[in-house]
Amino acid sequence: MHQEFRLNTIGLINRDKKISFKFNGKKYFGYEGDTLASALIANGVHLVARSFKYHRPRGFFGVGVDEPYAIVQLYRDGETDPNCRATEQELFEGLEAKSVNCWPSVNFDIGAINNFLNKFFPAGFYYKTFMWPKSFWYRIYEPFIRKAAGFGVASVAHDKERYEHKYEYCDLLITGSGPSGLASAYAAAKNGAKIILAEEKPRFGGSLLTSEANIGNESGKEWTQKIITELKEMPNVIVKNRAQVFGYYDHNMLVMSERINDHLAKSKKYSPKQRLWYIRAKEVVISSGSIERPIVFGNNDTPGVVLASAAKEYLKIYGVLVGKKPLIFTNNDSAYETAVEFKKNGISPVVLDTRNNPDSEIISEAKSMGIDIKFSHVVIAAKGYKKVKYAEISKISEDKKSLGKIENISCDCICVSGFWTPTIHLASQSGNKTKFNENIDAFVPGKSKQQETTLGSANGIFSLEETLKTSFEAGYEKSKKITKKDNKISIPQVSEKKHSKHDKFWCVPLPKEKKYKRFLDFQNDVAVSDVELALREGYRSIEHVKRYTTLGMATDQGKTSNLNGLQLVSNIEDKIVPAVGHTTFRPPYTPVTIGTIVGREIGKHSKPTRKSPIHSWHEKNNAVFVDAGVWLRPRYYKRGEENLFEASKREAENVRKNVGVCDVTTLGKIDIKGPDAAEFLNRVYTNAWLKLPIGKARYGVMLREDGIVMDDGTTTRISENHYHMTTTTAQAANVLSHLEYYLQIVWPELNVNVVSTTEQWAGAAIAGPKSRSLLQKLFPGTDVSNEGLPFMGYIEGNLFGVHARIFRISFSGELAYEVNVESDNGNFMWEKIIEIGTEFSIQPYGTEALSTLRIEMGHVAGSELDGRTIPYDNGLQGLVSKKKDFIGKRSLNRKAFIEENRQKVVGVVPLDKKTSIPEGSHLVRDSKAKLPNPKLGHISASCWSVEYNNPFSLAILKDGKNMIGQKLFAMCPLKNKTIAVEIVSSHYVDPKGERVRS
Amino acid sequence: MLHIKCPYCGMRSQNEFAYGGDANVKRPELNKEVTDKEWDTFVYFRKSPRGKHLELWHHISGCRQWFKVQRDTLTHEIYKTAEIKEDI
Repeated sequence: MHQEFRLNTIGLINRDKKISFKFNGKKYFGYEGDTLASALIANGVHLVARSFKYHRPRGFFGVGVDEPYAIVQLYRDGETDPNCRATEQELFEGLEAKSVNCWPSVNFDIGAINNFLNKFFPAGFYYKTFMWPKSFWYRIYEPFIRKAAGFGVASVAHDKERYEHKYEYCDLLITGSGPSGLASAYAAAKNGAKIILAEEKPRFGGSLLTSEANIGNESGKEWTQKIITELKEMPNVIVKNRAQVFGYYDHNMLVMSERINDHLAKSKKYSPKQRLWYIRAKEVVISSGSIERPIVFGNNDTPGVVLASAAKEYLKIYGVLVGKKPLIFTNNDSAYETAVEFKKNGISPVVLDTRNNPDSEIISEAKSMGIDIKFSHVVIAAKGYKKVKYAEISKISEDKKSLGKIENISCDCICVSGFWTPTIHLASQSGNKTKFNENIDAFVPGKSKQQETTLGSANGIFSLEETLKTSFEAGYEKSKKITKKDNKISIPQVSEKKHSKHDKFWCVPLPKEKKYKRFLDFQNDVAVSDVELALREGYRSIEHVKRYTTLGMATDQGKTSNLNGLQLVSNIEDKIVPAVGHTTFRPPYTPVTIGTIVGREIGKHSKPTRKSPIHSWHEKNNAVFVDAGVWLRPRYYKRGEENLFEASKREAENVRKNVGVCDVTTLGKIDIKGPDAAEFLNRVYTNAWLKLPIGKARYGVMLREDGIVMDDGTTTRISENHYHMTTTTAQAANVLSHLEYYLQIVWPELNVNVVSTTEQWAGAAIAGPKSRSLLQKLFPGTDVSNEGLPFMGYIEGNLFGVHARIFRISFSGELAYEVNVESDNGNFMWEKIIEIGTEFSIQPYGTEALSTLRIEMGHVAGSELDGRTIPYDNGLQGLVSKKKDFIGKRSLNRKAFIEENRQKVVGVVPLDKKTSIPEGSHLVRDSKAKLPNPKLGHISASCWSVEYNNPFSLAILKDGKNMIGQKLFAMCPLKNKTIAVEIVSSHYVDPKGERVRS
Repeated sequence: MLHIKCPYCGMRSQNEFAYGGDANVKRPELNKEVTDKEWDTFVYFRKSPRGKHLELWHHISGCRQWFKVQRDTLTHEIYKTAEIKEDI
């Protein structure tokens, strides 16, 4: 079980615990604390992926979130996750991963033929090629491209993992636990601030873990451990690892995704896999560090070409060698730390430095260790197909334009460093206008836009001493502002090596006759030649160049490629980088799973479910439920083998013949109180309300200011200054907001209060010719005769000891009552009604029968009051007062609303008296007319009339009032139906309304 | 997500509120003669300013009070919030 590239001495892994895993079907092992990437490199596996466009072999490039290549499909606990970065995926027992974007295998990939056809895949290839013919797109081009491109495969199975959302508030949010994060967090926490310290990696410390610098008399690692331990014990501190702050939104709200179970073989019970944090912070410290950028050279995507800092981290954290014959290619001092680290572990690297004889402590150290350093040298190209075998190198002139004689140098990896790019994503997302820092050739945050401060290398400060000083101060100052405390801690001494200046060199020129691809964007296969082509073709704006070439558009969002791309554009355009500007940084900083974003809002949790207090009775009595907004309502009560049609027909017939009871708890109810309540109702409704007597109900229609019907319902005067309003189930919330708007803003002088009582009352509608006989038995002590309780009357009664409100109102068009009791007594009321109603052959009825009854009566409801109709259209013009003003009245005399042939609700009966008309069908005069066939109206609601035993529909029809008796066609292209129909009155049953008054 | 100070409840997240449009709109008085144009202006026409905007918000998942918010439509900065009866 020997690992060829693993050292026995260094690293933070636990060598006592072996972990076995599978990659591309082959079994390997690593150690606890490894990532999939470090374990694979330890096992000598470098070929892990194929590139996006050319299917070129790819290995590992980075060691963290910046990794562009090593995207794998992960299998865990019977589930699969696409597009996991191997550099971030911690190893767990039994982990299985596979390469993506290759077929049949990563070792032999047929798509690699694209590499040899690369002349045919220039920038904008897809735009240029797949334009014509248009019809080919869906059938041929898109499926082909989708198969050939793309990374992992999303699982189609239901994700059984749990994801959570959490809201948190804090004084200071610190995004990253490197030196600047630890120092500012510690200073602020010690000064009493409530802080959250978020670290994206499993280990705290950032660059301190691999740095040789000392803080006080401790190593960076020891100092980190001390600070973290102390912070974790403080009650005002939340410390989170594996937590990426990925978005900075308005008003200092940041979003963080925490990976809780991803590093385990199986999710812990009752623990979410990932958690999304919404954090509202008073102050934000951006301590996100910096990412090393590469120098561009030929075949710089060959497996074995890695960032120098990644090579160092693989060594110092994982005890893993990225190669045994390393070539280090740099324009600055930091790569020397990698060289020194190799040398310390018995490996002799060769360093190529683009600079001409620079001098600094670390270079002297490297020299004194006997490391072979070649100044003014560059790598022209990496050679080798599936792994670096040697490199072509040469001397480069002082002006960096001409190359010397090409030499071959044997090596198995090339560690490249082109200096450091501050991670400014969060600062930029906050609205901070970034500025270009000439000294480091990169953008840094400018003036703070929100309450954010960027510290350390994220702010372009690469000296540990200065970072700690500014960060301790910032943590103290920021916390002092909030806590008003003054507990300042002393800043520790730092010993670190001073660095000399880096070389402003980023791209090796191509020697004559050489056609090597020099990649800028590794994940999307964008080479120097692609950007050059885009500029030749006239693209100028960096945003356009980005979209045309796809530079920086992959899942790594150009973390390693953006600046080199900008350098190239500015060189060609002969502009300076800040003039070219950078593309917009948008959240998320790293990919976030859909599961995390959705959280618990899945299935039944995606919206609340409201149930009436009678719900369990409905369930026990075979109710089939239907969603009515967020309510669940019985649609029908199934008996035996009945279907929807049969059951609803039986229920509706029983209402017409005997008596039925319907749960109307869901209706919106609003309690209105105050001396000006009548005046208020008079302004809200279209009809008159000032003279409604106590104990009487009235039907009312309310409009929006534009004259469109908003809602309808009955309102009852309970006492002198007390009214009970009902609204439709769907509009209840909107009506309440509407009333509050007018009371609080438009007419604050009215002394009226409104409050929702929807949930306080349970309601039962008792309808049918036998309903009065039933009511008499329910309320033996109350006079419910036609005289005692006339139509639209209201009384209170005693239902076997329970206080009840009795309204004589009707939606079904039958003699009917509505009984309301306090919600807790709802089920009692219902059971009493059923129990006593048995002798009158009572049956419960659901929404389907309810609809049938109202449709054949011609009562309008939601399908006619659809936000496009005025009172006239619904046959409600009789309820529009001419004498008084009300909300929306002025709109009703607009020209279109008073046209002679205005649309109006009508009844529709099929000529064959058999064929039901689908809702939504269009009414046309000629079924064979040329398209587009002029539409005269549409079917708004359909039912099977139980009164006449044939289909009946309501429709909103142009010039409806003059169309009665006409023959038209109802056409439903969706169901391929054309039905000959006759237009009749919408009041199909009991047109004089005698039953409700009987 | 905006952080809005309800004049009655204090700082709350945007998801407790509903936006209610331009706070400068004044409904013509009841029973007053208004021209078509005046009425159209009231019902349909709204400015869409870039910058400072006085608007109405409704604390629907809270105290259910309507109130005024002076907000920058470009930067989302909230300068001031106030009860309806107060002037901004």
